[in-house]
Amino acid sequence: MSATAMGAAPGPSGLPRLLAGLDPRGATMTHADHVRVHGELPRSSPRQLIEAVEMSGLRGRGGADFPTAVKLRSMAGGGRRATLIVNGSETEPASAKDRLLLTRLPHLVLDGAVLAASAVGAGTVIVKLGEHSREAVRAIEGAIPVRPAEPVDLHLAVGPDGYVTGEETAVVQYLNRGVAKPTFVPPLPFQRGYRGHPTLVQNPETLAQLALIARYGARWFRELGSEADPGSALVTISGAVSAPGVYELAFGTSMTDLLAAAGGASEPLQALLVGGYFGTWVQASRAFALRLSREELRSVGCALGSGVLIALGERACGLHESATVIEYLASQSAGQCGPCAYGLPAIAESVRALADGVAHERERERVLRWCAQVRGRGACHHPDGAVRFVESALSVFGAELEWHRRQRCTAPPVGLPLAPGGAAGPLPAAARR
Amino acid sequence: MSDRLRVNPITCEAHGLCAELLPELIRLDDWGYPIIDQAEVPPELLELARKAVDACPTLALALERAPAAERPGAPGPPRLPRIP
Ligand SMILES: Cc1cc2nc3c(=O)[nH]c(=O)nc-3n(C[C@H](O)[C@H](O)[C@H](O)COP(=O)(O)O)c2cc1C
Ligand code: SF4
Ligand code: SF4
Repeated sequence: MSATAMGAAPGPSGLPRLLAGLDPRGATMTHADHVRVHGELPRSSPRQLIEAVEMSGLRGRGGADFPTAVKLRSMAGGGRRATLIVNGSETEPASAKDRLLLTRLPHLVLDGAVLAASAVGAGTVIVKLGEHSREAVRAIEGAIPVRPAEPVDLHLAVGPDGYVTGEETAVVQYLNRGVAKPTFVPPLPFQRGYRGHPTLVQNPETLAQLALIARYGARWFRELGSEADPGSALVTISGAVSAPGVYELAFGTSMTDLLAAAGGASEPLQALLVGGYFGTWVQASRAFALRLSREELRSVGCALGSGVLIALGERACGLHESATVIEYLASQSAGQCGPCAYGLPAIAESVRALADGVAHERERERVLRWCAQVRGRGACHHPDGAVRFVESALSVFGAELEWHRRQRCTAPPVGLPLAPGGAAGPLPAAARR
Repeated sequence: MSDRLRVNPITCEAHGLCAELLPELIRLDDWGYPIIDQAEVPPELLELARKAVDACPTLALALERAPAAERPGAPGPPRLPRIP
């Protein structure tokens, strides 16, 4: 099957899409196998590709959920010195989807990178990975040399780990000056980025989706999902489920089916953390009624973010787990901005005191006041994500605060991952569906 | 188009001068860093705002002309409704 014009090839129906042809034993797909599954790289004009991406409704999968076509258009006219960065940092500890794509299906991601770079006229692609992603580094190192002559230069860069190193201005500053910390914006990367030139930063899954849209067209992309939430998404499910891993699911899938894809709950659940450590807790009873759609998730204050879902069993203590997460997020502040560097540790200390039942009478109010103070006052959105998480924890587990004051909580910690690449240790063995 | 106050949180060192000079628009948080409650500067406070900007020892405080509208590719998580 080979495609010469946009959307000329009939696309696979149903799922899997991104994960089509994935080797269940964990091998990296070769370029030849990749071409056998998806066909050659389609040749289409920049205008055609950007229009197809626009019609598809594709949004960024790195967490910000921003329309990809708008980003592509903002870059158009950047010239050959413009750069596309594949942001494969995946610093969210409970996320494994980008590593899965980069390690097992590197050519799908590189296809998307080459196509997007060509569409905006950029001459360079840099795949930026974190040190924790050793298998992904090896796969990309192996994949770059075997690609046929490309219209762009492909490079690999490996940077330090740490939650905020994946933020796009931190990625750009790392590549420019070796400092993996966010910068004050503007200028945003698309205005002045790598080496001072316009730079497009995209998540690997976004690019993999783009590679499929370029081949099979926007209409095919919209065959799954809904008008408002088209297509499929990779979701990393962990916690109290029987088969934690990365699953490709259509938007609109019910939360119950989502959990079923991961083998179902391994014990009765009390809550789900939707969207990772920048995400929000939702009571299990409410979560089961939800579908994977932006509108439904927003109705309970959630967003899918980078597609991370953690199931919390009934025996666990949501307050103590939340204290662990906010302590981690506070420790990950780049230490550059007062509200983040001082505010997050103060909030973390209070949340821990609340969980331990040793807090002052009005500690909860103080934490909420600090959250409101800190929001929106960092150079990057790290404090915003952190306080959103804390507010949802105090709301969902708020009823337990009083109980924690009266009685010592003995629930054992569930061992949430506290370092990038921490989800289930190595890559999940199988990505089903 | 109005003039808006903005702090660069990376260069701000919590000297607090700005809040002293312009308490109408700037207060300090529990750690001494400025909170700008209302970014738009009303015309009658423009002169004072300029003074505060000039007084900031680290050039962290700025008056910007353009509205800080949504820009494509803005980093970070989407803005979400507050948790009820
Ligand atoms: C603290 C922080 C950490 C982030 N880490 C990552 C990351 O590891 N990978 C990623 O793709 N995006 C991350 N982002 C989002 C990026 O800034 C950026 O929005 C994204 O890479 C853009 O790609 P997309 O439009 O394809 O989603 C992070 C954002 C913040 C605020
Ligand atoms: S807000 Fe926090 S993480 Fe972001 S740049 Fe400032 S100190 Fe660093
Ligand atoms: S005067 Fe400047 S450095 Fe001092 S608090 Fe205000 S903005 Fe920050």
